[in-house]
Amino acid sequence: MIQLENVTKTYPKASRPSLDDVSVGIEKGEFVFFIGPSGSGKSTIIKLLLHEVAPTRGKVVVNTKDVTTLRSWKVPHFRRSIGCVFQDFRLLPNRTAYENVAFALEVIGKTKAVARRVVPEVLELVGLGGKEHRYPHELSGGEQQRVAVARAFVNRPLILLADEPTGNLDPDTSIEIMRLLDRINRTGTTVVMVTHDSNIVNQMRRRVIEIESGRIVRDQARGVYG
Amino acid sequence: MRLKYVLNEVLVGLWRNVTMTIAMIITMSVSLFMLGASVLLYMQVDQMKNYYYGEIEVSIFLRSDVTDAQRAAIDSTISGNPLVSKKTYETRQEAFTRFQQLWADSPDFVKSVGPDSLPESFRVKLKDPEKYKSFADQISGMEGIQDVIDQRTLLDKVFNIFNGFQVGSLGVAAFMAVAALLLVGNTIQVAAYSKRREVAVMKLVGASNWFIQAPFVLEAVVAGVIGAVIGFAVLFVGKVVLLDHKLQALTSILTPVHNGNVWLMLPLLMGVGAVVSAVTAWITLRFYLKV
Repeated sequence: MIQLENVTKTYPKASRPSLDDVSVGIEKGEFVFFIGPSGSGKSTIIKLLLHEVAPTRGKVVVNTKDVTTLRSWKVPHFRRSIGCVFQDFRLLPNRTAYENVAFALEVIGKTKAVARRVVPEVLELVGLGGKEHRYPHELSGGEQQRVAVARAFVNRPLILLADEPTGNLDPDTSIEIMRLLDRINRTGTTVVMVTHDSNIVNQMRRRVIEIESGRIVRDQARGVYG
Repeated sequence: MRLKYVLNEVLVGLWRNVTMTIAMIITMSVSLFMLGASVLLYMQVDQMKNYYYGEIEVSIFLRSDVTDAQRAAIDSTISGNPLVSKKTYETRQEAFTRFQQLWADSPDFVKSVGPDSLPESFRVKLKDPEKYKSFADQISGMEGIQDVIDQRTLLDKVFNIFNGFQVGSLGVAAFMAVAALLLVGNTIQVAAYSKRREVAVMKLVGASNWFIQAPFVLEAVVAGVIGAVIGFAVLFVGKVVLLDHKLQALTSILTPVHNGNVWLMLPLLMGVGAVVSAVTAWITLRFYLKV
């Protein structure tokens, strides 16, 4: 599902590469944690997979598509097969939970009728049934992140990327979000999560890839934070 | 649905930043008005050239002491010249009669001129008025000729003034266009900034580039078209008030300005306003909405 082949990424003006000759493969349906200290290059992986940045060297293959050679006008369509969740939720403050999720559908050309059918369903799935018409400021942090997960998942992507999704949440709420991601993973969606929350990694016991100074130092099935 | 969404975004966008929108429309309309005036003037000069150049003659005035032999020589030279399409001869008496008719409004002036003060002349129409120079060179050395005058050189002076006006208004149009384009760019930047969250989400979930950019570009296009319509309205009212009423006397010399030509400015100005705004907006977005 995801292949990084000898990927090096050096940002302009950076003294050393963020990722240095990284090779890793992730199968369909896997749940993978990327861990490591701040600035180790974890988030660069998410950006590479989304084609927000291009690798300096090497090849990135997502869903059998070579992202490195993807034409820029094809990027939007490519991103529809990837859902994405961030630490800061990135919800639209002037839209309700329902509208936030529906917005993601409408801007990729789905009709209002489709939105009316699938949005309540996905909000129910993430446990927000009955709170469809609340605005983000009327929801707790955990609930806001659930809206974000619903938005990422509503289009049934093949891959869900999560960049520190529990970074702004307390431990209990974090675990609820993890249960949700786990449930999404069980539907067959590949989940790639970047985190430095050792608690969560230790509880989930999933594949752990540890990065330090842009290199993979550990790749362990059913691993712990270490 | 998508069309409705885009149109709604355009209206909200224009209204959100309404002072900037108005400034954009005003500068756009002044610039397009000047452009329209310039194009109209150009068309007018062109039309006048066609009209007058078809009418103009070269006048060959003869000296008062011209002999019959000299006159006959001149006559045959003109008739034999391949450049000439038509030739008429005007006696002193004919010239005087014509002069009396021309200045019938000023009898005192007519009285001061006697029938002998006006020279006899040949009036020649050339096949190609542009060839005046070579014709004049061939004829002006002959005995008995006082002066060879081409009406064209007189007309050219008038046309040069019009051309000056035309270039001037084109210059002002370009100058205003710079201001208008900077305002378009600025408005688009502000709009992109105020919608940065929506744009970020749209990029994230894979909305196509045109869908992200269309509301911004259309916002500029709508402002450009409104500016064009206002500019055209000013042009049209100006034409009716000034040329058809206040300065009507001028139009009798100018050859009339056809309403059809003025109407032609509407699609022209709208097209220029729309395309120029769209391109400016699109270029601005390339810098501010990297995809």
